[in-house]
Amino acid sequence: MGEVAAYIKNVTDAVSSIFEGMAVTASHFVRKPYTVQYPDRMPVRVQDTLPFRYRGILEVDLEICTGCLACERACPIDCIVIVVDKDPQTKQMLMSQFDIDIAKCMFCGLCSEPCPTGSIHHTTEFEGADFSLESLIRRFITEPVIAYKPKKGPETDARIAPILNRGMRYIEEFAQPGDKPADEPAADKSA
Amino acid sequence: MEILINNLIQSGAFGKDPPLDLVAALVVFVLSAVVFLGVAFPFAGIVTWVERRVWARIQSRIGPNRVGPNGVLQFLADGIKHICKEDIIPDESDPRLFKLAPYLVILAFVLPWAVMPFSQDLILADMNVGILYMTAITALTVVGVLMAGWASNDKWSLIGGIRSAAQIVSYEIPAGLAIFPVVLMTGSLSMQSIIKAQGWAPIDWFVFANPFSFVAANIMFISLLAEGNRTPFDLPEAESELVAGFATEYSGMRYVFFFMAEWGNTFILGAIMATLFLGGWQFPHLTENRVAMNVLQLITFNLKVLGVVFVAMWIRGTLPRVRIDQLMSLCWKYFVPISFACIVGTAVWVAIWPNGAPLVPWAMFGLGAAVGVVFLQRVVYYVRRSHMELYFKPII
Repeated sequence: MGEVAAYIKNVTDAVSSIFEGMAVTASHFVRKPYTVQYPDRMPVRVQDTLPFRYRGILEVDLEICTGCLACERACPIDCIVIVVDKDPQTKQMLMSQFDIDIAKCMFCGLCSEPCPTGSIHHTTEFEGADFSLESLIRRFITEPVIAYKPKKGPETDARIAPILNRGMRYIEEFAQPGDKPADEPAADKSA
Repeated sequence: MEILINNLIQSGAFGKDPPLDLVAALVVFVLSAVVFLGVAFPFAGIVTWVERRVWARIQSRIGPNRVGPNGVLQFLADGIKHICKEDIIPDESDPRLFKLAPYLVILAFVLPWAVMPFSQDLILADMNVGILYMTAITALTVVGVLMAGWASNDKWSLIGGIRSAAQIVSYEIPAGLAIFPVVLMTGSLSMQSIIKAQGWAPIDWFVFANPFSFVAANIMFISLLAEGNRTPFDLPEAESELVAGFATEYSGMRYVFFFMAEWGNTFILGAIMATLFLGGWQFPHLTENRVAMNVLQLITFNLKVLGVVFVAMWIRGTLPRVRIDQLMSLCWKYFVPISFACIVGTAVWVAIWPNGAPLVPWAMFGLGAAVGVVFLQRVVYYVRRSHMELYFKPII
C-alpha cells in the first residue's frame, strides 16, 4: 500500500469507527437506565423482595419463646444474653432479659437452628445503621414475661397459633432449604 | 437604554453636569456585565448538570437527580461545598503565580462573551476582527494552565501544564486555518457580517456551502474540542496518569474556577461553530417587530449552540482518550495539511463561483441527510441488538 493510500485509509478508518461508536452510544439514549434508586425511590421495598430464609437482623417472638437458652448456648460469640428465673409462687418460667447485640452478631444462623419453636429467627431487615454501639443492642424484654410452654397437639390460642406456624415453617425450611415442601425426603439433597 | 440613562442623569444620580459620555459608557458596561455574567456563570453550572445526565444515560445510569427539580441545582450544592473547603497553597509552590492562574483561566472564559452574537442587535461589541479576537482570547487559557502547572511545583501539575500548552498551541493552528474558508467566502472577520452572509435555511449555511467548508467545519469542531481540553483530548488532566494534571494542587474555589471555565468554554465552542458554519442567529423574517425578531434570533442562536454542546458531550461519553503522540500526529499530519487544502480549495471555488455554486448546497445537504439516515439505521440496529425496550423519556 502506498503512503497516500495509507493516509487516506487512516482518515476513513477514523471517520467510520467514530461513526459506529457514536451510533452505539446514541442507542443508549433510548434505552432505560439500569439504576435502582435505593432506598427511597423503589417501587417495592427491598426487604419485601428478599426470601423468607434471608439472614437479616435477628428477631425474637416472645409469645413462643420457651426460655430454653438453646440459642444462648449455640451462639459462638455470645451476643445473646437471656435471664430466666423460676417464679417461686406460680412455678412458671419468668424471663426478665433477652438482649441480642447486633453489633457483635455475625449472622451465622446457629442460634435459630436449635430453637424448638422458631422463636428466634432472622428477618429480611438489613438496614441497621445507627449512631452508637449501645443502640445496636436489641432489648426484647422491658418487663418480665412468662415463657411459652409447648402444648401437646396443635396450638389452640388464636393469637399465638399463626406465630407458632410461622416459627415451625422457619425451622422446617432450615432443615431443608429451597422451594421444596418440608415433607419431601432429604435423600436427593446429598447429590 | 438611552431613555433610562437620560432619566438617571436628569434625576441627578451622577451629580451636576456629569461627563455624559463616561456616564453612558459606565451604565452600558455595568448593565451588560451584570446581564452577561448572569448568563455565563449559571450556564457553566447548569452545563455540568446536563453533561452528567447525558453521560449517565450513555452509561445506563440516571445521574444527579436529587438536588432541586431533577437535580438542576446540583451545581449550586457542589459550588457551596467547594466554597466551604480549605484553600490550600503548597509550601513549595510559587504563591503569587499559584493564586493568579485561575483568574487568567476564568478571564479567558469571560472575555469572549463580549463578541458573542446573540441576535442582530444583541451583541456587546461587533468588532471588525471579532472571530480573530475570539480565538485569540480563548487561547489565553494556556497561559493560566501553564502557570498553574509551573507554580504548583509538582511533577503531575507540570506535565499536565506542559501537555496542555503543547496541545492548545498545536490545535490553534488548524482551528485558525479552518476559519479561513469562511473568511474567504464572507470577506470579513466580524461575527455579525459572517452571520449576515448566511441564511436561515440549512442550505444557506457555510457548512453546506461547498465540500471544503464542510471539512473545515469538522476540523474546526475537533480542534475546538482539543483546545477546550475535552475528551478525547483531555490529556492535561488525564486522571489515570496525572491525577488531575495542572489542577492537582488546587482545592476549594480555585479548583472550581478551572472547571467552571472548562465547562463554560463549551458554550464558546458552540458559539464559534454556530457563528461560522451553522448560520448563527439567522431566522426567517416573520415579523417587523424588532424586539420579537431579536427574541426569536436569540432563541435560535442558543438552540444551535446547545445542539453543538450536546454533540460535544455525546463525543465525550463515547470516545476514549487518545495518546499524546496520536494527538500530535492527528494535528500536524492530518488537520494542518487538510485545512491548508481546504483554504486552497475554497479560494479556487470562490474564484470560479463568487456567489456560491448553484445546486451544490442542495447536494451537500442531501448527502448530509443521507448520512443521517444511515446513522439512524445503525442506531436502530444497536437498539434491536440490545433486546431492550425503548424508553424515550429524556428525564427520569
